[in-house]
Amino acid sequence: MGFLIENFGAIFFFLVAALTVAGAVGVVTLRNPVHAALALLETFVMVAILFILRHAEFLAAVQVLVYAGGIMVLYLFVIMLVKVKDLRAEDAFLLNIAPLAVLGGVLLGALLAAGILLGTMAAGDGAVAALQTIGDETVGNTEAVGWLLFTKFLVPFEVVSVVLLVAMIGAIVFGRRDAALSGPGEGVEP
Amino acid sequence: MDHYVPILIFTLIAVSVPIIILMIAKVVRFGSYDPVKAEPYECGIEATSFALDTRFSIRYYLIAVLFVVFDVETIFLFPWAVVFDELALFGFIEMMVFLAILLVGYLYAWRRGALEWA
Repeated sequence: MGFLIENFGAIFFFLVAALTVAGAVGVVTLRNPVHAALALLETFVMVAILFILRHAEFLAAVQVLVYAGGIMVLYLFVIMLVKVKDLRAEDAFLLNIAPLAVLGGVLLGALLAAGILLGTMAAGDGAVAALQTIGDETVGNTEAVGWLLFTKFLVPFEVVSVVLLVAMIGAIVFGRRDAALSGPGEGVEP
Repeated sequence: MDHYVPILIFTLIAVSVPIIILMIAKVVRFGSYDPVKAEPYECGIEATSFALDTRFSIRYYLIAVLFVVFDVETIFLFPWAVVFDELALFGFIEMMVFLAILLVGYLYAWRRGALEWA
């Protein structure tokens, strides 16, 4: 019992990390697309808890609001739109791309490991410091993020609005009824 | 991390309540099977097809994308609002530029009839 209490933080982290990976494995192995979507939802929530453990509270809130809320709805709609009932027919196709998938996974893992190692080294001996200050003043994570976002990262922030605008206009163009029914080049104007 | 203890307790209670209720229900109910009970709406109109057999209108996707876009837009308002005083007028102008660019998309969606269902 003493061991459990002393190492509660580490035990909690590994529990959440294991559940995150379990959810991610569920996303790619579950046959029913709706079950896969639910596993994805679980992964999103667990990642939010991991963010909280790193004192990135704002990111955790974004993770729940945007990913578990918005992106999830989008995925469920896509499942309904493309009429996937059961993912058995694609088995042969999935086996064909298995070597490529493994290669991609290994490369991605190496990239992530390098990023984490280099990032930690750049930050000094301690772990990466939590973002909790404006100047010398200690504030909440959301305030600190807000301050950086609207001062140092002003231009990327404004670019985000353009990116969102592109996504919005793209969805409207593709989602229009006449565009969906007619061939390329036709029905451009309503 | 200490101030997360109440949230942890809250989560544990929130998870255990439905589990306990389901377990109580399992003990006290009597089991009788009827195929009607397996239908999505036991007392409603009979389903004409399985949900995943039908294809839904692309308009649902459009609505979902618009929702996500405005969801992300809203997310940026939170860190802006908490440092609003420190940022002063400059921060206000920044956010107005951000919102103005997205307003273009909103007006486009409106003009194109993306907000209408029919």
